[in-house]
Amino acid sequence: MKKAITLFASAALVTAMSATAGAKTLVFCSEGSPEGFNPSFYTAGTTFDATSRQIFNKLVEFERGSTTIVPGLAESWTVSDNGLVYTFKLRKGVSFHSNKSFKPKRNFNADDVIFSIDRQRLDSHPFHAVSGGSYEYWNGMGMTDAVKEVNKLDDYTVQIVLNSPEAPFLANLAMDFASIMSAEYADKMMAAGTPEVVDNLPIGTGPFAFVDYQKDSQIRYKANAKYWAGKAPIDRLVFSITPDASVRYAKMKAGECHVMPYPNPADLDSMAKDDSINLMSQEGLNVGYLAFNTQKPPFDNKLVRQALSYAIDKQAIMDAVFQGSGKIAKNPIPPTIWSYNDDVKDYGYNPAKAKELLAQAGFAGGFKTNVWAMPVQRPYNPNAKRMAELIQADWAAVGVTSDVVSYEWGEYLARSKAGEHDTVLLGWTGDNGDPDNFLYVLLSCDGVGGSNRAQFCNKDFDSLLISAKKTSNMKERTALYEEAQLLFKEEAPWVTIAHSVVYKPVSKNVIDFKIDPFGGHSFYGVDLK
Amino acid sequence: MIAFILRRVGMIIPTFIGITLLTFSLIHMIPGDPITVMAGERGVSDVRRAELEAQFGLDKPLYQQYLTYIGNIAQGDFGKSLITKEPVLDEFITLFPATMELSLFAAIFAIAIGLPLGIIAAVRRGSVFDHSVMTISLTGYSMPIFWWGLLLIILFSVILGWTPVSGRISALYWVDTVTGFMLIDAWISDEEGAFTSAVQHLILPSIVLGTIPLAVIARMTRSSMLEVLGEDFIRTARAKGLSPIKVIMKHALRNALIPVVTVIGLQIGILLSGAILTETIFAWPGIGRWLLESIHRRDYQVVQGGILIIATMIILINLLVDVLYGVINPRIRHAS
Repeated sequence: MKKAITLFASAALVTAMSATAGAKTLVFCSEGSPEGFNPSFYTAGTTFDATSRQIFNKLVEFERGSTTIVPGLAESWTVSDNGLVYTFKLRKGVSFHSNKSFKPKRNFNADDVIFSIDRQRLDSHPFHAVSGGSYEYWNGMGMTDAVKEVNKLDDYTVQIVLNSPEAPFLANLAMDFASIMSAEYADKMMAAGTPEVVDNLPIGTGPFAFVDYQKDSQIRYKANAKYWAGKAPIDRLVFSITPDASVRYAKMKAGECHVMPYPNPADLDSMAKDDSINLMSQEGLNVGYLAFNTQKPPFDNKLVRQALSYAIDKQAIMDAVFQGSGKIAKNPIPPTIWSYNDDVKDYGYNPAKAKELLAQAGFAGGFKTNVWAMPVQRPYNPNAKRMAELIQADWAAVGVTSDVVSYEWGEYLARSKAGEHDTVLLGWTGDNGDPDNFLYVLLSCDGVGGSNRAQFCNKDFDSLLISAKKTSNMKERTALYEEAQLLFKEEAPWVTIAHSVVYKPVSKNVIDFKIDPFGGHSFYGVDLK
Repeated sequence: MIAFILRRVGMIIPTFIGITLLTFSLIHMIPGDPITVMAGERGVSDVRRAELEAQFGLDKPLYQQYLTYIGNIAQGDFGKSLITKEPVLDEFITLFPATMELSLFAAIFAIAIGLPLGIIAAVRRGSVFDHSVMTISLTGYSMPIFWWGLLLIILFSVILGWTPVSGRISALYWVDTVTGFMLIDAWISDEEGAFTSAVQHLILPSIVLGTIPLAVIARMTRSSMLEVLGEDFIRTARAKGLSPIKVIMKHALRNALIPVVTVIGLQIGILLSGAILTETIFAWPGIGRWLLESIHRRDYQVVQGGILIIATMIILINLLVDVLYGVINPRIRHAS
């Protein structure tokens, strides 16, 4: 009855952000529901936000707001001269979270590292098949082929031996799928006959402990008071799942959330003017491109590719398609990645030069082709259809007529993988901040028939990439990638179009939020006024 | 009577098989598959694809997949989500209370306002009130829900600050899930103010979801009332000198309600099958949004299983109504 009276007394007035307790609660209006709570099963950023970025640590981590690798659960590491043996010294005195069914009896040690890696690596591991275990990132990053053995030297020393030198390996270990989980928890749940609980009620060492998940509605966390790097400044963290971008913005304005991802580009202007919102921005770790099918005539001819690169007015695309949320790309890797070669000279907009090159290639009268446009929105391409139409018009001006083609997303990916297109619009978002993750995946001979939509296989270019994989000497790697970018530009398998600019509307009450170059959201170190 | 019920139940089986065939073929006809969607730009190697197909049972011919699916359903197994790996039935049971809670309030809103509006419009036929009710209900019926929801949010939540924007309860209240009905869970929790917050969160989505049923109910009530008001027994009642209120409420309304109740029943059936748009705008964790997301992800199991569960529910409601009609009206019982 008392509650009914309070209800009527308070009529319809909302006391949105004030109320209850003295606990500092940060609300993040996330864009969707996590697929699950074990980050090694999935590839979606939404899932990583809800899991690895709050609950777990990795052996090595990316420094907050950058792509630099810093110590995580490993205090230090060494790499053997031949690049094959990685030895990690583990941090002592790190405790795991606890929940209703599990109170850890020991601190984090080498067994947890072995468990977390071997579960994904070995088909015979008792936990490999638990929860339908499919380790998409582990497989996708080629880890099974890369890792030869994982050894425990003592409780706080782990050694990983590789089959061949693979310089990006360390960066891979900082990725979400490499989150370290508790072997003790796994053993206990296995003994209780409910091993899948490990994946539904996560236990980690991270700055926030999982409290509960109300499906499609809210995820709740509390700060880990015993966090090894010090307790987070906020006490509670809530993910309020809000799929519509306009509604997320309304919630920001009404003070119902502190941080929101993926604003509508159309709302950016009014967000910038809003006194209660701090509109942060950074270049994203991605690239949007147009790939020529280099195995199909006339695009097997370098001159034709160069000509059509000259024919495109990229600035017009920035204005019409990105409306401030993109920057012109000249390299296949974004400027936030090390080894980005700023000396590369882009093909400027030059229709006369384009015609000249086409004539030189024997296509003075032009030809007919197609431009494939993605059916989905991506940060690196917010409106592929519009982009394709602009390209179509630019090319028509130099005598090349084209049809704009589109398919349902799954179909689009499958057909372009098979090389059915003449030219195709697509893009890529980086996984681990390593140039290899862009160049090798998207442009190596190995990638032909896979992620290499240009079907581009150039022996000189490929050998540069392979040499860069084999050495862990940063200086050498940088030089090799810089050279590769020059060669890429000369060969022009793609027209590099844009790197997106990521916008993050954050409430003015939020202190020290940093944009993650990987597109994620982590709330350790963030405070509220 | 028993023969009648058996006949009705017997008719369910072909309907049921029809639904399974339809959902199965429709979802498989949509281009793309769960593995491609999951992998995105990243792609997946052919070896890995084959492994995953085997794991998901997608490597078998379609008719075999269908038979396995039917076989499992016969044993009460609606399958597991390909993405979350949770049993479809469990996910449904988790999310259904949210849909039910919202449907209930939307229905109350629609009936409480639609019914009186319809009655008054009929009684004052041809008046300004009548015309405005008819115009407004037509507008309500043709309202684009997404636009309507956002409009109300901007007005009441952002500008006036009277109601919260979305969700089921303020993020500041940590209410444990006991029944899945937020009002009940908030009421029994120790958190001061949680119940109020839950009620406030129900207001806008109930209005938005109730708008179309309200319009339908108001128009149906009006036309049904008009028909009844022209009948002889109403004239007789009036001639007897009964008060106009008594004539309308006791004699006219009772008879006019029969078709209205049928319409209300149908509307509630529709509400319960989940409101994709309303649930998306208000970030309401119900089954409409669940199914939509599963279609995007090509989560075959959830789409097939989820639709089947909803269809079963609607079939059972209809069966119940049919049987009740038969109980009330012997003519129906004996007709077939």
